[in-house]
Amino acid sequence: MTELNFSRFGDGVVTDERDGYEGYLVSADKLIEFATTLRDEFEFDYLSSVTGVDYPEDSKLEVIYHAYKTIGGAELVFKVQVDRENPEVPSLIDIYPGADFQEREAWDLLGIKFTGHPDLRRILLWEGFEGHPLRKDWQEAYYEADIKPYKSRWPEAEYTRAEAKNPYGANVKYPDKFDPEKWVPEGEDMLYGSLAKYETTDKDGLKTDHLTVNLGPQHPSTHGVFRIAATLDGEKIMNLKPVMGYLHRNHEKIGERNTYLQNMPFTDRLDYLSSMSNNFGYAIAVEKLIGIEVPERAEYIRVIMAELTRIQNHLFAIGMFLNDIGAFFTPSLYAIEERELVLDIFEMVSGSRMMCNYFRFGGLARDLPAGSLQKIKDLVFDRLPRKTDEMDRFLSENEILRSRTVGQGYLSTEDAIKYAAAGPMLRASGVPYDIRRADPYSIYDRFDFDVAVRYNGDIYDRYIIRLDEIRESIKILQQAVEQIPEGEIQTGKPRYQMKVPKGESYGRVEGPKGELGFYLVSDGTGNPYRYHVRAPSFINLTAFGPMCKGLKVADVVAVLGSIDIVLGETDR
Amino acid sequence: MYGLGLLKGLGVTVKRFINTYVDDFEWRGKRYYTDEGIAHRSSKDVKGIFTIQYPEEKLPVPEEFRYIPFLVYNEGEDGEIENRCTACGICAKVCPPQCIWIEREADPKTGRPVQNPSAFTIDADICMNCGLCAEFCPFDAIKMDHDYEIASYGRTVYHLEDLMKPASYYDEIRPINSAKEAEVRKIAEEAKAAKKAAREAKKAALAAKKAG
Repeated sequence: MTELNFSRFGDGVVTDERDGYEGYLVSADKLIEFATTLRDEFEFDYLSSVTGVDYPEDSKLEVIYHAYKTIGGAELVFKVQVDRENPEVPSLIDIYPGADFQEREAWDLLGIKFTGHPDLRRILLWEGFEGHPLRKDWQEAYYEADIKPYKSRWPEAEYTRAEAKNPYGANVKYPDKFDPEKWVPEGEDMLYGSLAKYETTDKDGLKTDHLTVNLGPQHPSTHGVFRIAATLDGEKIMNLKPVMGYLHRNHEKIGERNTYLQNMPFTDRLDYLSSMSNNFGYAIAVEKLIGIEVPERAEYIRVIMAELTRIQNHLFAIGMFLNDIGAFFTPSLYAIEERELVLDIFEMVSGSRMMCNYFRFGGLARDLPAGSLQKIKDLVFDRLPRKTDEMDRFLSENEILRSRTVGQGYLSTEDAIKYAAAGPMLRASGVPYDIRRADPYSIYDRFDFDVAVRYNGDIYDRYIIRLDEIRESIKILQQAVEQIPEGEIQTGKPRYQMKVPKGESYGRVEGPKGELGFYLVSDGTGNPYRYHVRAPSFINLTAFGPMCKGLKVADVVAVLGSIDIVLGETDR
Repeated sequence: MYGLGLLKGLGVTVKRFINTYVDDFEWRGKRYYTDEGIAHRSSKDVKGIFTIQYPEEKLPVPEEFRYIPFLVYNEGEDGEIENRCTACGICAKVCPPQCIWIEREADPKTGRPVQNPSAFTIDADICMNCGLCAEFCPFDAIKMDHDYEIASYGRTVYHLEDLMKPASYYDEIRPINSAKEAEVRKIAEEAKAAKKAAREAKKAALAAKKAG
């Protein structure tokens, strides 16, 4: 990357010279100006990740931004450091509207105030929550120690059940003068207040009021526990806000307690449909930190697994999307058949169908067992291409499907970039951005495949692009299974504990749902100091509200289905 | 023509509908409740229904399949139990949800630790079946089980006596892995024995020299 000239900002922008860190340190008062320059002059039009780190020793909170060019290339990292007692950072929502949910998340979990954010509410935690859990001095209920392994487990362990530690005992902190019996949540009013309410008079002089409706949290179309609060004018959506966090477990705090290796099985549980991809992203982030090479054969197996994951995820996404719009279960069961065969392979290789936990730093847990490569070959040369064609024949020209989806839920190219949409959603809006090509990782630069792209940006394109992507993945797989060499699958001896050099790293992969990024900060010990997940399911929802404006209520379900979220990843 | 796409799609459904019966017919009643039938229904050649009629039928689990861990013990010649576990604690340290509790045995006379667990508890409700304990155990003592039918009304907590299973059981569920591990153990033991023999020989030579 050519050196960017930021001299005009003077002391406002300096290179981050801490050991192992990269990017620029921007002062809070220069941030808006800096970001505007970055977007307009240097073409970093895509703000992919916003997160924070707590440094209590320096009494600082740091906000980290990762920006990219949608024409491809490496990231630009910039950071803002603010005082821990009074953390105020100007919001970038006007320059990069995709920062919306991520800034709310940083406020929720770290307590960083983004001045100028129009709707700075908690997003993952509930409204009555006290404190900001990702601050280092915050302790959870059932807190035992800062880091694992816990001393109480060996050599003199006495088994205690978690329930035995009464949750209403010393482990729960209430604010002063707080009475849970009398408490009334305020956040609901804030939520409904943020959905501007109108009163209009129609041509006959009849006063009409807009109606606020909740869809969910218990609703079959939301694929889990997810709530949509909307204001309606008749059947028409005037404004819409997703409400999430029902499945929140503070994955990132758990990640800080864990050792590096212990996080690997936890990543499976983010997007539980595509655990191999999650493993991949995390392994890359840690390998960047410790600087370890991956053997050739392991790289091939990794790519094979990641692409199989993409195929089964997209099949599932298509099936469930059709389910959402009313094609009750026939298409989804047709789609799931092949997914079953892929999961059989995962089970054979990793020991589990969905919670694979297969990748290790510098390699893999084990080599392909005998017979599994043949199974994969049977699938990618025979069964999967046939299946894709069948799904295409079955659905793509169906008039009912087309009339529900063509031209609906439109997301323009500019908006897709603006709202930091990723993966199939971005590519269905005409942006040929695929990390496997734009910023190649692993061995993707060796394979011959096209970046699937569609240009209409409607629900139908978001459906059909998944079929395109399955076809491209099959192409990659066909090359990979032919070229895969013999050899080692792990660099060095597998270790369960290791010291990781100080520094930060950001590993990102093109997951089935979009850019999946892992931001890690190491303080030189065996446990990550900060562990952040850039979850595509979560950030893709930023565009959900704008996309639904003006649609009918029934179409909201179709739009949500076309985004393809998994709540395990959205809520983390 | 409007509706052509619909018809095309319905064609797929009809084809599948017919295929189901064709496949059933070709197998002449052997498609269900036979091992070959089950294998066929999860192979690449399957047409028609995939469904396995659980619990009457069960999918065979692959060797690597992992479920709640158990402890392997060797059976001595007289049937006595030789515990492979040395209470080294690596499994408890590596466990991501920290669901393993180990108490190391102490010598009743001296109070010094002995390489044997006096208590070993796995809270199966916390266990996430990741298999890291089995992967990093240096003594092949803790292994992942294949028995997935453990649903119960209460909490499932396994203590030492529930966890112990004989090595023959392990050999049965994971024949390839156990053979591989036995090979590695044999080589290590031979190397150890060779080393010991060399040391003895050296000692003997030294003694002979002294005497001489």
